[in-house]
Amino acid sequence: MDFLSNHLLSVILFFPVFAAIVIGFLPKGEDKLVRWTALVASLVPFVLTLVLWFSFDQSMSHVFQFEENYIWYATINSNFHIGVDGISLSMVLLTTLLTPLAILASFSVKEKVKAYMMLFLFLEMGMLGVFMSMDLLIFFVFWEIGLVPMYFLINQWGSKNRNYASLKFMIYTVGGSLGLLLAIQLLGVLFGTYDIAAIREGWTALSGTIMGMDVATVKTVTFWAFVVAFAIKVPVWPFHTWLPDAHTEAPTAGSMILAGVLLKLGAYGFIRLVLPLYPEQSAHFAGWLAFLAVMAIVFGAFGAYGQWDFKRLVAYSSVNHMGFVLLGIAAAAKAYGTANAHIAMNGAVLQMFNHGLSAAGMFFLVGVIYERTHTRDLRKFGGLFPLVPIYGGILIFTSMASLGLPGLNGFVSEFLVVRGAWGELAGYTAAGMLGLLFTGAYILKGVKNVLHGPMNEDWAHGEHKLTEINTREIVVMVPLMALMLSLGIWPSWLLTVINNAVTALF
Amino acid sequence: METTNLIWLLPLPPLLAFFIIVLFTNKSNKLSHIVGVSAAALSWAGAMVVFFRALGVDHFGEHPFTDSIPWLPLGDGWLEIGVRIDPLSAAVLFFVGITIFMIFLYSVGYHNFGQPKGDHDKQGLPPHGATVEDEHGHKHTVPSVEPMYARFFAFIGLFAAGMYTLVISDNLLTLFVGWEIMGLCSYLLIGFWFAKKSARNAGIKAFMTTRIGDVFMLLGLAFLYTATGSLSYEVIFSEATLHALAATPAFWGLSAAGAIGLLLFIGAVGKSAQWPLHVWLPDAMEGPTPVSAMIHAATMVSAGVYMTIRIFPLFSAGWDGHALTPTMSIIAFIGAFTALFAATIAIAQNDVKGVLAYSTISQLGFMMAAIGIGAYVAAAFHLITHAFFKALLFLGSGSVIHGMEHGVLHTGDHSVDPQDMRNMGGLAKKMPITFWTFLIGGFALSGFPIVTAGFWSKDEIFADAWAHGHTAVFVTLALAAFLTAFYTMRQITMTFLGDAKTPEAEHASENTWTMTTPLVVLAFFALAYGWVGIPESFPIIGGLLPNWFHDFVGHTLEHPMAAPEFSWIPLLTSLTVALGGLALGWVTYRNFKAGAVDPMRKLLGPVYHFIENKYYFDEAYDVLFVKPAIWISEVFTNKMDQGVIDSILHGFGTVSFAIGKFIREKFDTPVINRFIGDGSAEVVQIFGRKLRKVQTGRIQEYMLSALGVLFIIFIALYYLVLA
Repeated sequence: MDFLSNHLLSVILFFPVFAAIVIGFLPKGEDKLVRWTALVASLVPFVLTLVLWFSFDQSMSHVFQFEENYIWYATINSNFHIGVDGISLSMVLLTTLLTPLAILASFSVKEKVKAYMMLFLFLEMGMLGVFMSMDLLIFFVFWEIGLVPMYFLINQWGSKNRNYASLKFMIYTVGGSLGLLLAIQLLGVLFGTYDIAAIREGWTALSGTIMGMDVATVKTVTFWAFVVAFAIKVPVWPFHTWLPDAHTEAPTAGSMILAGVLLKLGAYGFIRLVLPLYPEQSAHFAGWLAFLAVMAIVFGAFGAYGQWDFKRLVAYSSVNHMGFVLLGIAAAAKAYGTANAHIAMNGAVLQMFNHGLSAAGMFFLVGVIYERTHTRDLRKFGGLFPLVPIYGGILIFTSMASLGLPGLNGFVSEFLVVRGAWGELAGYTAAGMLGLLFTGAYILKGVKNVLHGPMNEDWAHGEHKLTEINTREIVVMVPLMALMLSLGIWPSWLLTVINNAVTALF
Repeated sequence: METTNLIWLLPLPPLLAFFIIVLFTNKSNKLSHIVGVSAAALSWAGAMVVFFRALGVDHFGEHPFTDSIPWLPLGDGWLEIGVRIDPLSAAVLFFVGITIFMIFLYSVGYHNFGQPKGDHDKQGLPPHGATVEDEHGHKHTVPSVEPMYARFFAFIGLFAAGMYTLVISDNLLTLFVGWEIMGLCSYLLIGFWFAKKSARNAGIKAFMTTRIGDVFMLLGLAFLYTATGSLSYEVIFSEATLHALAATPAFWGLSAAGAIGLLLFIGAVGKSAQWPLHVWLPDAMEGPTPVSAMIHAATMVSAGVYMTIRIFPLFSAGWDGHALTPTMSIIAFIGAFTALFAATIAIAQNDVKGVLAYSTISQLGFMMAAIGIGAYVAAAFHLITHAFFKALLFLGSGSVIHGMEHGVLHTGDHSVDPQDMRNMGGLAKKMPITFWTFLIGGFALSGFPIVTAGFWSKDEIFADAWAHGHTAVFVTLALAAFLTAFYTMRQITMTFLGDAKTPEAEHASENTWTMTTPLVVLAFFALAYGWVGIPESFPIIGGLLPNWFHDFVGHTLEHPMAAPEFSWIPLLTSLTVALGGLALGWVTYRNFKAGAVDPMRKLLGPVYHFIENKYYFDEAYDVLFVKPAIWISEVFTNKMDQGVIDSILHGFGTVSFAIGKFIREKFDTPVINRFIGDGSAEVVQIFGRKLRKVQTGRIQEYMLSALGVLFIIFIALYYLVLA
């Protein structure tokens, strides 16, 4: 037990890899065994995360806890240094929660099950690594590692246009991170270490010239290198066009993780690196960030409203919702150290968690109906509610969470973002309301065309008869719905952890 | 039980009823309505206990029931939420409890509990009737039970929970939570018969139109919270805070208090269906009639007015009692304009519920106008009396429709619209309880003197407007009141009086006790509730009963306003417009025959056409807002994303590929090939062959090569610059 408590984070981080290797040695053709092994294995990090959650000192959530530090790359002084504070803990929880659900959601995958499950577990490791890293170089390593499994998941298990979508996803993200890599190298060379805290201390205090260039200029250039890399991942308008393509082609569980966790990596990058390393630049360019955020909110909503492919609609909704995260970050950047900043940042982090729940839920529900009808065209559904009352109820519930209905989770975080941003960026916040209005429009468009209206008789009889959501699928949704409700009614169980960190850090 | 604990519990029974029905009892109609109705009864009983305990507290305005708990940890402090029952919310709680309970009870009969399942009924469509065979082998068509009976009780349960939450809140945030939950429920219930396209679209229209108001309200909340650090009534309506807000300039010449008040008021414009966001309410008639009563009387639209009354201290901050603040003027204008505007439309409606829908908009306008001119108590008074008589009228009209449907099933002619008043007539004899109660409700709406509650509340608004010199508002409202009496009498005459105009009306019949009991109870309040607010200065009967309402509710404010002094002018005006309108309505429509042209159409000519089509607001909004929004979404955004942004991305790919090709042809091939010899040439040849495959014209591959080139350049730079 001692080993476990001293290495809790690395066990959570690497257990999925261990499980993936074990799965690799399972006998061929035993799909059922592979599925169940993957599911049980993915529950281990989740349970350990619960242990972590309850042994985490919430009142000190701004301090990294459960730190582990090993020499990794001695020549350039990069260490394998991991730990969690309140912000990363909530993201770790989100990741280890969504992975088993995504694996359970994938039980209907029939092809190359073994490879599929292994990729999912590798993916989990990559994501967790980003959230735990306290060293810039391993941050970058995990950042890139996460891409590879997702690329193959889209490319191998995706639908028709998967080559284009997976390549676009891969190249765009890798292309975006080139600047990040250079900037990271610059910092590493400059300070002889990759330790984020140490770099932060030296970098923010640095002035004068580096290699004949004004430090302010260098900072601004590298600031944008960071911003672009993370903005592509979030994705922020106008870097968002890979997202609808990737989602439309990805398998259901891939979309759940892509929207649920991968997008959070970008936002996490802003919170963990951009704002701490570049407080001045962030404050200076806060208006620009807010502008991009509002464009994402507004055009994400319009984009979603304009879709007739149900999955594309949900994909655009991610752009819309993640816009609120960036708006909160922009406000916090501008008002560093004030109550407005704390509230906005609380909203942003909570919105990341909330969007993880609702987007994963929405993508899953799209997948449920797609699996049965083999279409995502909203015009081909209609009036299905009487056929699938349970599915309908769950869809309305999840849609409402996504819409930000008070009493469910999304409202709390959106309210906090709006509240925090109003004091700093009133005009942008007001403009964002247009997006919030159209959030309602696209959510209702989805519900309207799937469940309501005259019934499309094609799905009522014969071989195409639509079947009700099954128990396994309900089991996937229940934890998500329970969390949506609990965070809507009593958000403080999560917000306390976030707030204590945010208040001390921003 | 401790009163504050009891207050916390008020929204719980209907909320639990929602979950219990959805999760467990949805297969059983009987269990579901037992759960639903007893939850409503429980909350009502709790509300009554709270109300009467409140009456027992001396100076209740200064010592309201309050309790709060920390909810959100923010920064170093907490955002607290809590409950508060002060005189205003106690009075509102009283009518909310009763009307909700009555509507629940009524729904049992309205949705044909105990009737057989329909022959061809489908979920999502109203029941069409069932064929039964009696002992002689005769086949009859009888009403059939609503196919989604249990679901209905779940939804209205949630609706009731939303309203209770809103009323008991001590802060604007949980008020907003209740507010939005009702928005969801109105969407679900207006679109209850979702398989009908009209109902589905009406639900969406209601949700979206009110959401326009809601996003402004959200901004108002953010503004208020930013400015004061709190959303709790106790803090934001404290003298110091109001003073500070009134002194802070915001935008467009408004003070912060005025600006916040205006933003919040826009929320109420949406929720209470004021012009220009009134368009959703008439369409909301697509829902089952108990829902109409729920939305238009007991809960949703009342919530908008309640909130506006609540925030009165905010937008009236800095008001000296004479010249209105800018926000007050706006509210008064919108209210008065809406009152008249909606009343004109109501005179040309033929749908029995349609008349009531516009009447609701118009009456809410009265209340808003009253708030705008500072008649705080009068607005609250009219809110409550209106809730009683409008709930009564809606349930009465539902009873009429239900009776008519009975007739339709009897004759089997489904082309007859059971909601069209032109098909009715003579129902007074067929449905006596419905008739008498509807008459009471109609007279209360018209402001029939002395006996009805509507008279007293409307009179107080007139008196206030007159006493404080708001002549324009006074005249507008008087005109609206005249039209109100007119269209109400038109409705009563067409529906209940004269001869039956169709065989269906001949065969209409009175409904079961679950439907008529609520009518009688509400009729009692539609008369009696006025007697608690008779001004002491009223001639002859003034002072016989204490003006309890004014004393009680007036003390919600820190500085209660004095009741206006008595004047004959508003009283005579009120009598004239009420009695004149009623008389004129009766005279005009008493000889109205089946199939005849409406007398008003003859009188008004082309104007009638305009009114009949609701001034073409729906069509105008469609062209101005809905169509452009769809265009922006479906055409513009897609073009921008796939046309512009993706083209730029693909352009990067093309350019990088061209660079790569250039290097190969102008550098690799001639230079390396020539100077490095055959061995390498072979290698290059292999690469060349490979590269030819790359040159497929596929964008993604171009991008890949672009990336490769970029990567090489970056690495080169890295070693040149940094190493």
